[in-house]
Amino acid sequence: MLCEQCGQRPATVHYTEIVQGKKNEYHLCEVCASQKGQAAYQALAGPFSVNQLLSGLLHFDSSVAPRSDAPAPRCEHCGLTFQQFVKMGQFGCEHCYETFSEQLGPLLKRVQSADHHTGKIPKRRGGAMTLRRELSQLRKELQLSVLEERFEEAAQLRDRIRSLEQQIGSDA
Amino acid sequence: MSLSDFLSQASSKWLRDEGPESDIVISSRVRIARNLTGYVFPLIASESDKQAVLQTVEKAVEQPQVKQLGHFEILKMNDLSPVEQAVLVEKHLVSPALIESSGSAVILRDDEELGVMVNEEDHLRMQCLLPGYQLDAAYALADRLDDALETSLDYAFDETKGYLTACPTNVGTGMRASVMVHLPALVLTGSIQRILSAVTHVGLAVRGIYGEGTDALGNLFQISNQITLGQSEQEILSNLHGVVKQIIDHERTARQHLLQQSKDPIEDRVCRSFGILAYARQIDSKEAMQRLSDVRLGIDLGIIKGVSANILKELMVATQPGFLQKYYGHEMNPGERDVKRASLIRERLRMDQVQS
Repeated sequence: MLCEQCGQRPATVHYTEIVQGKKNEYHLCEVCASQKGQAAYQALAGPFSVNQLLSGLLHFDSSVAPRSDAPAPRCEHCGLTFQQFVKMGQFGCEHCYETFSEQLGPLLKRVQSADHHTGKIPKRRGGAMTLRRELSQLRKELQLSVLEERFEEAAQLRDRIRSLEQQIGSDA
Repeated sequence: MSLSDFLSQASSKWLRDEGPESDIVISSRVRIARNLTGYVFPLIASESDKQAVLQTVEKAVEQPQVKQLGHFEILKMNDLSPVEQAVLVEKHLVSPALIESSGSAVILRDDEELGVMVNEEDHLRMQCLLPGYQLDAAYALADRLDDALETSLDYAFDETKGYLTACPTNVGTGMRASVMVHLPALVLTGSIQRILSAVTHVGLAVRGIYGEGTDALGNLFQISNQITLGQSEQEILSNLHGVVKQIIDHERTARQHLLQQSKDPIEDRVCRSFGILAYARQIDSKEAMQRLSDVRLGIDLGIIKGVSANILKELMVATQPGFLQKYYGHEMNPGERDVKRASLIRERLRMDQVQS
């Protein structure tokens, strides 16, 4: 039997494909089969990306999926709906994080280790944020030093916290 | 033009230079995603939005703080031919997605170690790519570029969510740090699966550089951080360091094991692959990558002498379709490319004085 695609080489690959209940049989040579196989696989799987993986997660996550009776949230800045986000796996603008924060929470817990940024802060725009983060760090250290009865250190920490608080207060 | 001239002109610094631990770590890369406040993200942006972003970024690159870091040149994707675009992707300087995106550009430093993709998935994606194991240096450089650009750009940033990115898998630090490692001995000894699945359990991701999943062409793997929110940049880097160091140790142990336990089969494999590369008249990219990996292992184990160790890194890029077409100066179908690929590899091998 010759390959039914090219009609030149002998058919060595025989396979049956069932798509939506419809059965097709193919008899191909190795060259045509590998071309067809790749095309079929790519059509089925599509180009794989993180975004698709993400939207997959969202589809299967009932805690994230919007209830049908609730109005679908839409970002008023860029017009993106939650359904569109689920489909694309990407936000439309910076404000989407606020708009969809409720739905985003469970997702972030899943794909990230926590829901709070602890890394770099922009130098020029983030001055007050840097101070606030330092403040919360100092408060933690203060608690620890009191617990461990290192009172001298605690007093120093308390003074630094006070001066930071004043600094933040005067900035605001 | 001779091949050696072509390679030295057309290749990036990370491809030419050797770096620390370069017997195993091919390259280190840090990528930082940033967006400008007040503009919608590229995916839904209009052409004029994208132009506005591009112009803003171009102006920011003109700032003295950025100029201190070196001379940058802007390449707009629209102005490039498909072959030129392919070469940029093959050199790992831009992502395939950048070429797909309209109104996109890359701003590259002359040595091509530092760059910014504009209007990819995010407005800005800074990238630092260094040879060998230099993760900290790569982050330091990318971080300096980030600071320099921030002197004139307003980033989308939120106190709790960090740097806001188009995809929530990048939010927070916006940083993706990765190393490309060559692990032939772990693949040959069959321990790779166990190690790779362990790696994915500690918040890191592994993928083959070319090819799909764990069926990595040329035994090249990329290990990167998966998590961007809830860990600081330093924590992410030290996590990655911890794992990469262990993988390096495992690979070295496996190489010694191979040399002691299966000296004859491994020498045979390496030398056969060398013979094929030196004499083949046509070779597809899959086989080329595997043979190059074998030869590189042979060089590292001292089986092959006189061939530069850089050959794997250099040829894994130079034998890609875009590079081949650029070197030979015309478009080719896959069959023609296999012939030219074999010829380029032979030519490259003749540049070194081989003894084995």
